[in-house]
Amino acid sequence: MSPKMVSTSETKMAYPPETTAYAPENKMSPTSTEGTKSATATAKLRAANVNFHYGSFHALHDVSMEFQENKVTALIGPSGCGKSTFLRNLNRINETLRDTRLEGEITLDGQNIMDFDITEVRRRVGMVFQRPNPFPKSIFENIIYGPKINGMLKGTSAAEIVEKSLRRAALWEEAKDKLHESAYALSGGQQQRLCIARALAVNPEVLLLDEPCSALDPIATAKIEDLLVSLKDQCTIVIVTHNMQQAARVADTTGFFLMGRLIEHAKTDMIFKNPACKETEDYITGRFG
Amino acid sequence: MTGRNKYRNAVNNVMLTLSGICAAVTVSMLFVILAYLVYNGFSSLNLDFFTQLPKPTGQVGGGMANAILGSAQVVLIASCFGLPIGFFAGIYLAEFGGKKFCMLVRYMADLLNGVPSIVIGIFAWTVLVVPMHHFSALAGGMALSLMLIPITARSTEQFLLEVPRSMREGALALGATKWKTIATVIVPAARRGIMTGMILGVARISGETAPLLFTALNNEFWSTGFSSPTATLPVMIFTHAVAPYDDWHRQAWAAGLVLLTMVLVANILARTVISRGASLPK
Repeated sequence: MSPKMVSTSETKMAYPPETTAYAPENKMSPTSTEGTKSATATAKLRAANVNFHYGSFHALHDVSMEFQENKVTALIGPSGCGKSTFLRNLNRINETLRDTRLEGEITLDGQNIMDFDITEVRRRVGMVFQRPNPFPKSIFENIIYGPKINGMLKGTSAAEIVEKSLRRAALWEEAKDKLHESAYALSGGQQQRLCIARALAVNPEVLLLDEPCSALDPIATAKIEDLLVSLKDQCTIVIVTHNMQQAARVADTTGFFLMGRLIEHAKTDMIFKNPACKETEDYITGRFG
Repeated sequence: MTGRNKYRNAVNNVMLTLSGICAAVTVSMLFVILAYLVYNGFSSLNLDFFTQLPKPTGQVGGGMANAILGSAQVVLIASCFGLPIGFFAGIYLAEFGGKKFCMLVRYMADLLNGVPSIVIGIFAWTVLVVPMHHFSALAGGMALSLMLIPITARSTEQFLLEVPRSMREGALALGATKWKTIATVIVPAARRGIMTGMILGVARISGETAPLLFTALNNEFWSTGFSSPTATLPVMIFTHAVAPYDDWHRQAWAAGLVLLTMVLVANILARTVISRGASLPK
């Protein structure tokens, strides 16, 4: 369960270089509104005034939020508050839904993600879903799927990528003897780590996780939490969670959503110990949600 | 109170018995037909039946080798056109189409599925046989493919839609294009179901008679190619059954037995394919 199971040292391949500059301590104001432009310089991913509609339902209202490089950001809030919807806009996966509309601007390294080719956005911003969703293929084929479709196999051996990705997802020891067996032979927790490994195999700069532990038992959950902490020096992580302890354990900063609005986004300590907004405090202390 | 309960129990028992009897009738019909075919046709099933041409009128013996081959020819043509078109139409319905247009296509496919096969025969005769100036296996195959397309399209669509949405999103989230997702994840995940649908579709059309009456027509001899009149089992059954010779009647029964056996084998094959096909979770 220790994060040491992940080997992050050897970086032969084109994995993200050791980051040049760490983001300075997060200086975001508790409220989500503008006026924190000074912090934008190091924001890996940035949403400005995002509004989102499912048909006639206005799901997100003016959400502005920044995600610092190499940090874990947690999004919390009651069911239906829009946190998953927001997350799913960050890699444009919501575009697969019919009859939806996005307003506002989301930028990756300062560039509007709408200007990218959609496959490029999704390669650079990986995603792990609520329920493990391995493909009905072998473990090996699951991992190699992303590199293959993105033309990343030139110059590197597939086996090398598979091993590296499984190690990064702390699954290598458990899976190395059954790489060519069906991914469904793994337990739920292992499947979820396989999905993380599959996402990592294309070297995403940002990793989005949509309640990745909600279908898992506490031990599997702990493994994934350790994993997230160990991954953050390689990518920027955004995790939606229902579990406030989880947010407290893994996240550097936490954003609280309520009824489609970002109520507060601050360092996790602040959110849990000294929230600026009444709604946040009510939610944290269990008065609703 | 007890009177009311007695009444309710009686209704319950009557309805259970009634539905049980109906279920038994359904199942037994197949066995009755099969038994009848075996009883009447089995005696005419011999090597000659599978290797010989039909004997001229009045002579006893001979076989239906040309019709067996002809059926295979016609079904092959139908499959070559019907399966790919149906398959890709199914993909379109499940994955690409807009809501309204898809409803229209789906509705049209169901209508086409319901068009009486004799009407399809007349249609094929008008657009293929008349311009080509002769009956042919090709025309027969095209007529059957017209029936195969909607069957394949709808079953393919159905099995594709059974693949969970999370699987699609998983592939898209890795940077796959929509087509790549379909070709490398969705279709492989649904392939057993799709294949089953195709086998059942082919089995279904291989017994059709009406579309062949005006298209492939019939032939007492070996067909000389795809563009000449061709004997097929269903049409052979028809012509033999209406002829006034006992020997021909027996042969018609035998041909029916062969046809039914082929369809049964295809069905069983399809069921095994799908039952072994626990390729998806849950």
